[in-house]
This record gives sequence, C-alpha cells and structure tokens, in this order.
Amino acid sequence: MAEMLEVSGITKRFGGLVAVNNVSFSVREKEILSVIGPNGAGKSTLFKLISSFLRPTTGEVRLKGERISGLAPHIAARKGVVRTFQETTIFKNMSVRDNVIIAHHLRSKASLFGFFLGTGTAKADEAAFGQSADDILALLGLSSLAHEIARNLPHGHLRALGIAIGLATNPSILLLDEPFAGMNHDETMRMVEMVRRLRERGLTILLVEHDMPAVMKISDRLVVLNFGQKIAEGTPSEIQANDKVIEAYLGSEDEAIGL
Amino acid sequence: MTFNRNTRVAAVVAFLAIVFVVVPAAISASGRFDLYYTLTSVALLSIASAGVWLTFYIGRINIGQGAYALTGGYVSAILVMNHGWSFWPTLPVAGLFCAAASVLIGLPILRLRGVYFAMVTLVLTEVARLLALALPITNGAKGIVSIPLPGALSVFGITLIPDFATLQNSRLAFYLLAVTLMVVCFAIMYRLVNSRIGKLCQSLQQNEELASSIGVNIAYLRVIAYAVSSFFGGVSGAIFAAISQSIYPSSFTVTDSVNFMLNCFLGGLGYVFGPMLGTLVLYFGWDLLFQTGQFQLLIYSGLMIVLMLVLPNGLLSLAETTRKKG
Repeated sequence: MAEMLEVSGITKRFGGLVAVNNVSFSVREKEILSVIGPNGAGKSTLFKLISSFLRPTTGEVRLKGERISGLAPHIAARKGVVRTFQETTIFKNMSVRDNVIIAHHLRSKASLFGFFLGTGTAKADEAAFGQSADDILALLGLSSLAHEIARNLPHGHLRALGIAIGLATNPSILLLDEPFAGMNHDETMRMVEMVRRLRERGLTILLVEHDMPAVMKISDRLVVLNFGQKIAEGTPSEIQANDKVIEAYLGSEDEAIGL
Repeated sequence: MTFNRNTRVAAVVAFLAIVFVVVPAAISASGRFDLYYTLTSVALLSIASAGVWLTFYIGRINIGQGAYALTGGYVSAILVMNHGWSFWPTLPVAGLFCAAASVLIGLPILRLRGVYFAMVTLVLTEVARLLALALPITNGAKGIVSIPLPGALSVFGITLIPDFATLQNSRLAFYLLAVTLMVVCFAIMYRLVNSRIGKLCQSLQQNEELASSIGVNIAYLRVIAYAVSSFFGGVSGAIFAAISQSIYPSSFTVTDSVNFMLNCFLGGLGYVFGPMLGTLVLYFGWDLLFQTGQFQLLIYSGLMIVLMLVLPNGLLSLAETTRKKG
C-alpha cells in the first residue's frame, strides 16, 4: 500500500519543554492509524503539528510526498489534511445542514465576488453543496436533525457533526481528535462503526485517542507515545504484547490497554 | 428572516416609496424643512453604522469607524479645495482611500479578538483626530472650511445631478443623495449577508479555528470585511463634509465611534437592517430628550441600559418573536 502521510523526525519545543521529540511514522492509504499514549505524552501537540495548527521546531510532515508542515491551516486543508476537534467545536448558531454546507467551501469554484453577484458558477456550487451535505448527513445518521440549530444537539450527535464537517472538505486524510472521549459504550460502538464506514469510502484516518478498547477494535496499526517520544509501533496485538507499552501504562489496570 | 419573495418585494417597494415620496411630501406639506437635515444625518450615520455592523458580523467589536469617517471627510475636502476636483469623484476615492488604509491597519490588528480589538479601534479614532490636528495638509484645528457645494454631475453631456448651488432647496438634494446611497449601501449589505459570504462571515464569528480547518482563509476574509466597512465609513464622512461645507479634527470623535456601535447594538447585531433602525431611533431619541435639559444624557444612557437588558438582540428581535408567536 502506498504511503499517504509521512511524519519524519518531527520535534516541537515550547521554550525548554520538548513536547514531541523526534517522532517518525507513516500512515498508509486507506489505513486507520491511532496515536495513543498516557496523559501528557504529546499526542495533542503531534496532532496539531500534523494539521499545521503548529509549526514544528524541526522535522517535517509530507502528504503524498509534498511537504505540508509549516503551511497555514487553511492551506493544509486545501492540500487534503483536515482535522476534527476534541471539544465540540462547531458553528453553534447555524443549522446542522448549514454547518456541513459551509464546510464545502474548499470545493467551491466561484470567487467571493462571484458569490456576491450570484453567478451561474456560484449557484451551481450551492446546489452541489446542498446535495453533498444531504448525502453526508445521511451517511452519519444526522438527516433527521438537518434543520436543528447545531448548539441544541446532544453530545454524540455533535461529535458526528464534527466529522460531517471534516468530511465535507473532501480530505485525503481525516484527523480525528479523541472521537470517543466522553462517550458511553453504545455511543462508542456507534462511532466505531461510523469510522469504519468512512474508511470503506476510501478515506485514510489518523486518530488520537484515550479509549483503549475502542482503539484496539478499530485500528489497523498504532503508534504509542510517551514523554514526547515514540516507544512502539505495530498492530493492536503487537502493541498489547509490547513490554515498553505495558511499562508506560504501569499503574493503570490491564483492562486499560485492552487485555 | 424568512420572508417569502412577494412580501420581500412589497416591503422594498413600500420602503422606497416612503423615503423617496412620502417623507419629502410630508415635509413640504408641514413646512418642517429642518427635518431634511436630520434625516440626511440619519441616512449617512446609518451607512457608517452598517460598516460597523459588518465588522460585528465577523466577530469584531469595532469602535473605530469615526477614524474612517473623518479620513473620508478630509480626503474629499482636500481633493476639492486643494486639487480642484469636483465633489462627485471624491466620493468613491474617499471610500477607496479609507478601504486601502483599513487594509494596512487591519492586517496587524484584526488578529486581535474581543476587547483587545475594541481597544485598538477606539484608539484609532483618537489617532485620526490627532493626525488631523498635526498634519500640515489638514490645516490643523482651523480645519477646512468654505467647501463649495457639489457641482453638477454629467455623463456624456447629460446632466444626471444638477449643481447643488443653483438649487432652491439644496437640503432636499442632500437628502435624496444620502438616502439613495443608504439604499445602495443596505442593498449591498443584504446581498453580502444572504450570499455565501454572509455564511463565511458567520463562520468566522462563531469559530475561527474551525473555519480555518475547513479551508477558509480567515485573515483574507477579515481584511475584506473590514475594508468594506471602512469604505462605508469614508463615503459617509465625505458627504458630511460636503453638507456642512467644512471639516474639523473634531468632526468625528470617539463619541461618534461609540454611537456607530450603539446604533448596531440597538437595532440588532443579527439583522442587516438593524443599524438603519438603530440610527433612526437613537438620533431621534436623543433629539426628543433635548427638552429634558440637563437630564438628557442621564435619561438617554439609562434607557440604553434598560433596552440592552430587555432586548439583548436589538429592536428587530421584537419583530422576530411576534412572527414566531403569530
């Protein structure tokens, strides 16, 4: 399988603190790869580095061979690396459907001035985005809530909306920031199903997550971080048997790493 | 707002009939020609307020519109007085000058959010006043006076607008000019907000991080919105200079900047026509309270506080709630 995303020797320092230290790995096409690690291991920083919300101190991130680290977030999104957010970050005062429609912005062919004048291209864009938004909402089971104002959605649906927004940008790789956080078992299982369905549609997925059982269930491969360094990489069964990983999680119950 | 097409067209026609026919007819019947000046001011201030409203729409509190109104006034006055321009071309030039200035100023300061942006823009008004005092070209505290009234505007030999100085009633002419520009300004605003650009602006207002993660060039969009806003400020300032035939460093001060913002608050930040209604109510409200003498400011500010507590979404939210109930 071809490599979609390549992280090589990436380091991020905040003053004296090294949050991410010389981490390298790659994500293959149509793979679900999870980055895990104890609290403070540098997962979130790594996530922001890959989505270009932070600029690495050294090292680089390449998408299909093209360097994307150091670009502005909206340029990285245009290249095909799109993130979702850990918090329930959505456009609160818009309807669910409008949230997804606006997220199609990258695909629009008309210019800002074209929108203002309401040119044919702009109208065609609007129609296409509406159609595509409806498809995405159906895929994620949000159709019945399409006209609800986003801030009124229950927790689980908000997370799904966050993913719908990410999908609308038509990314090459979707970065999910703790998609299972704060969910009960049923919600988690539904989300696992959803993420699998995305992969079946040809999407490559990188996720950062705490919830071990879900991660073990969903991932093709895992990368484990501790104190900013990569300590292991492999399939779920390899990771569960890895001494370093067990040590890193020592003190937590075996159950926490899915044993 | 969910008007259907017919009610919308009817509302627009009714509005145009009121401002262009009913109001002039009523004024000439009643003989209260001073009202022309008042209504002209309302129209012009509402244009500047519309600009402020647009910056609110991208999530920035703008207390600096006075700076652009003042700049626009000076640009027009200087071009007319020192360079022998006719008034008409100075109008777009004043707007464009302000837009260009706002791009240069906006690029660094639009990164700021909330109260920080508000403070910087507040200072901007004061900076503009001090610049007008200090620069040789603006003639210091004496200002620029005896600006001639706008001359005739002809295109290909056809006189579109007659020379204001030859008119019996230049007040009516200014009123029509101001109201026409107000209609154009709000038509542009309505179109902006109801096109995709409006949605993009809302996305900035609600979450800039998420907006940039879906590929919106937030810095670019912010600057564009701010430039449009300042353009309106500059145009309205230029006409003010023409009406009063003078411009001073104190023509637009921090108080004006604050008023532009209050107009938006009062009318409603969620409604395109909020600044128009807000300006009308505030301007007349202030005038009506004139009779209360020394209590004018006290009652005025008291009423403002009460209104903001009772109607945080502005006067136009009243229409919204009654429609929902009905």
